[in-house]
Amino acid sequence: MNKYIYMDNAATTKVDDKVLDVMLPYFKEEYGNPSSTYSLGVKARVAMEEARAYVAKTINAEDKEIFFTSGGSEADNWAIKGVAYANQAKGKHIITSKVEHHAVLHTCEYLEKKGYEVTYVDVDEFGMVNPKDVEDAIREDTILITIMYANNEVGTIMPIKEIGEIAKAHNIYFHTDAVQVVGVLDIDVKELNIDLLSMSAHKLHGPKGIGALYIKRGVKIDSLIIGGGQEKSRRAGTENLAGIVGMAKALELAYSDNTERNIRLIEKRDLLINKIMEAIPHTKLNGHPEKRLPGNVNVSIRFIEGEGMLLSLDMMGIAASSGSACTSGSLDPSHVLLAMGLTHEIAHGSLRLSISEENTIEDIDYVVKTLAKAVERLRLMSPLYEDFIKGE
Amino acid sequence: MYSEAVMDHFTNPRNVGELENADGIGEVGNPKCGDIMKMYLKINGDVIEDVKFKTFGCGSAIASSSMVTELIKGKTIQEAMKISNQDVAEELGGLPPVKMHCSVLAEQAIKSALQDYSHKTGIKIEGLEDFDFTEPEH
Repeated sequence: MNKYIYMDNAATTKVDDKVLDVMLPYFKEEYGNPSSTYSLGVKARVAMEEARAYVAKTINAEDKEIFFTSGGSEADNWAIKGVAYANQAKGKHIITSKVEHHAVLHTCEYLEKKGYEVTYVDVDEFGMVNPKDVEDAIREDTILITIMYANNEVGTIMPIKEIGEIAKAHNIYFHTDAVQVVGVLDIDVKELNIDLLSMSAHKLHGPKGIGALYIKRGVKIDSLIIGGGQEKSRRAGTENLAGIVGMAKALELAYSDNTERNIRLIEKRDLLINKIMEAIPHTKLNGHPEKRLPGNVNVSIRFIEGEGMLLSLDMMGIAASSGSACTSGSLDPSHVLLAMGLTHEIAHGSLRLSISEENTIEDIDYVVKTLAKAVERLRLMSPLYEDFIKGE
Repeated sequence: MYSEAVMDHFTNPRNVGELENADGIGEVGNPKCGDIMKMYLKINGDVIEDVKFKTFGCGSAIASSSMVTELIKGKTIQEAMKISNQDVAEELGGLPPVKMHCSVLAEQAIKSALQDYSHKTGIKIEGLEDFDFTEPEH
């Protein structure tokens, strides 16, 4: 089988050729250390600062407010732990949601063990945080609100503007994990009252291992990685220059036509959703029907378990992901789907297909056809389906 | 991640289905943890003449169910009682550590079906009275 259809772009993406081209010189030609004072180092520094300026511009921040990290998880860890440590004299309470990425959720749980208190606000059936719940959770000692910009599993886009206004009105720092959103939606940190924002390059056809944290000027935050004076002495370690240059290029490409691309992606996304619903009975769309990421499809297919679906799709050359426990190695299925009120059984049968521009209409047809066949086969093996049919 | 035998039994599972007028039916697992196995036995004298299964679960759960049905088909009840989860895993060319519970469920499903047979017929099966059907740890 020659066909290979990659529909897991929310997990990671293929590096764009144009991104790779701008990165390559920084491995063997322009390999200087940006901290060095000779010309090779200076050239590296100039390239790095140009990239920083570009990253800053894309979210309407200032150059000095962008700090490169090893990726989204480091940025999340830094934002949450850094603010928690630096502001503990003011308070030790943090507000987040039940559907955050594990980089946020597990960092909050870690801080709970260190004596902090965390409120995990609920979400509705679409995975949406209600800003009022955030406001109601605010206490005297609240130091940070951290709510993701859009959910990585179900694609729901959160009411970030409203939450930003609430945080500003109460004078509380607001962090958002925007890993799924940077390069997709236009972001203006000033307009949205965002104090800290995490981003990552590999979700937008950039390289893995590079990301950034936006830290608004004046935000009190401790450093996590201590050592040399890189990143204005706030994040030690020789900079990943090839990654930084690649990240800026990936952002440039992503934002060169994001509005038009989103329209095209939404059309394909909704086509994929509708075709799945038509072809496979007893299927439910997870996440918000409209306020969702342009490339995200997440469905629960009843009576079967997700890993079997993924195996079947993989054998037919299709890459996807699932919120099933069996794919994560943990006992419970996706915390996001459970927080949305899905039963364990239905959460185990979830499937996420995240599309990119590379996916064609033919790909969509092939995926739906292949999926429908796999589902039919697995349902015929399922005792839950048998019970359902007999009960009808 | 999986052996060839697991993929083979996942792709072409043996003995899938139900048996009408089964002499023993066993069901183990629950939807919460994502695995349910249901086994149907046709028993003649003390020989398991036919066996069918239905499974809700991951690839290794389906493969384990399929393999265990192959191992017990045509065997006597006492021979079937001796088949352990280790045998299932070994015959499958090994299972990843996080998937070993699937083989445990397969062994339990057979014993649960035999217990049902024992209850229905009053025929005592040695080793079943004190068999522990508690959910295996994932």
